[in-house]
Amino acid sequence: MKFPYSQKVLEHFKNPHNVGQIENPDGKGLEGSPACGDMVAVYIKVNPDTKVIEDIKFESYGCASNIATASIITDLARGKTLDEAKKITWKQASEELGGLPPIKAHCSVLAVEGLRAAIRDYEEKHGLITEKEPTTEEVIKSRLKHVMNPLTGLDIIRTNLILKTSVENGVVRVVVDLPANHQFAPAIKEDIMEKLGSLWDVERVDVIFTA
Amino acid sequence: MIISNGEGEEIFENIIYLDNAACTRLDERVLEVMKPYFFDAYAVATSEFGYSMGIEAKEALARSRESIASKLDANSEEIIFTSGSTESSNTALKGVAMALKEKKGKHVVVSKIEDFPVLNTAKALEGQGFSATFLNVDPEGFVDLEGLKNAITRETVLVSVQQGNQEIGTAQDLKAISEICEEKDVLLHTDATHSFTRLPLNVKELPVDLITVSAHTIHGPRGIGALYIRKDTPITKFMDGGFQEFNLRAGVENIPSAVGFAKAVELVTEEENKRLKAMRDRIIDKALSEIPEVTLNGSREKRLPQNANLTFHYVEGESVTLHMDMRGFAVSTGSACFSRSLEASHVIRGIGGDHERAHGSVRFTFGRYNHIEDADAAIEAMSEIVARLREISPLARK
Repeated sequence: MKFPYSQKVLEHFKNPHNVGQIENPDGKGLEGSPACGDMVAVYIKVNPDTKVIEDIKFESYGCASNIATASIITDLARGKTLDEAKKITWKQASEELGGLPPIKAHCSVLAVEGLRAAIRDYEEKHGLITEKEPTTEEVIKSRLKHVMNPLTGLDIIRTNLILKTSVENGVVRVVVDLPANHQFAPAIKEDIMEKLGSLWDVERVDVIFTA
Repeated sequence: MIISNGEGEEIFENIIYLDNAACTRLDERVLEVMKPYFFDAYAVATSEFGYSMGIEAKEALARSRESIASKLDANSEEIIFTSGSTESSNTALKGVAMALKEKKGKHVVVSKIEDFPVLNTAKALEGQGFSATFLNVDPEGFVDLEGLKNAITRETVLVSVQQGNQEIGTAQDLKAISEICEEKDVLLHTDATHSFTRLPLNVKELPVDLITVSAHTIHGPRGIGALYIRKDTPITKFMDGGFQEFNLRAGVENIPSAVGFAKAVELVTEEENKRLKAMRDRIIDKALSEIPEVTLNGSREKRLPQNANLTFHYVEGESVTLHMDMRGFAVSTGSACFSRSLEASHVIRGIGGDHERAHGSVRFTFGRYNHIEDADAAIEAMSEIVARLREISPLARK
């Protein structure tokens, strides 16, 4: 039978490796796909001296390619230094899996982006970002483009879910056009805090819902 | 059941097929009545002055037409055979639009959750100088009747609202819709691809002018459908060629399939519809009571007897269908990841605009070869698959 997925993809999909959360992770990345609504979260534990990824886990709200890529990419990153892990590409993951359908590229790229976001998160928290650019509304906006609006599957900037942002003396305020008791309000809030809280000059993030 | 893939491998043992809205298994009894028209009376339908084999073919075609007509309580001159529901709906919308564009206007009204033959024909008409209104539906998928009243103008040539939805199963209030159309003096087409023989539809009781039906959803052959056209409905032929089908649809008649279609219609019984409804209800009730965080899509009561559609929150539909496939079940989803276009179901978005709801939606559609145990087995499998996928989902509450 001609199946769109390789045997290896199916194996990783059926029994994904490195699944779950890490309590108190050293770095965490959450990425969502504007095209299809998939999401992936990556958690890492890093050795503070060697900068080696000692533990890595992922969670997926996604399709088979998304799950399989996250599984293989976490396998590839485990035991590597942050600098080595940063260089892992989607192409490498795809090759390891024996190929992925091109139409599914965006679902599988997410896993790579999730890993990179987790590494960046670690680097920011540990002052490893050498070029320190001050946080402006532009920086906030570009960060928020990585927060997904689960209502539409597009990011919260593109879907006009953000009414206002401001930054003053290390305090960022983000006004979200959703009632606080909305099904996804807590998830969106948490995601916004994640994306902005790790910026080096940000001390506090206030997420305000409209109702 | 074992199917060979043509490469020496054998696949599909004991498949539980729950995608009968997409296509159904042919009933052997249908195949049997079709055979003579491939091997014995294989001539084209001739006039009554033709040769015997052609006259026999012509009579078989007439009998089939009569069977389809009588199921709708129509006259057989009001039925034309087509290649399926896509062609029937194209003929209805384009045919009426062309016939009335000079006399009446260039506006059509369709619901926004119509299946692609109607939806995309309306869009195609938009590209040809027509305007189209896509009616809103409520959260259960029912067409907004006030919206319909307001949408119809003096320019409107046709309203098209399906009887039962292909995806979420919602059965529209065709009586109310047809009364509005009658009052406003506008023609009404209904796509009954999924409801024909499953829900009552009688043209003497309902002032519907055009009806799309198909054999592939009722264990008949693929590639044959029909269009009911009420007598004196203005319609322009768009398949040019010979004078077949009352000069409305050119082409050599597909007599074996027409005969098969008629047999398929005859084989559907009220008892079978009750059986399907029991399976549908079993899967809905069990999913809602045994699996947490599940939402029913469509109406609980006013729905196609063979259709259940549920959203399992925090999981993605393509992952679900692939896991179900590995366990031997064929089901379908409205998730963007599953579709060829990578677009989330327009139906699920139409009833709520919620991308997440489409992402985790799964459709189960039953047919003649299913049993109530299939519903139980499907829910048992779903329960495990959903629990497993939620374990790895960042959105699930743990």
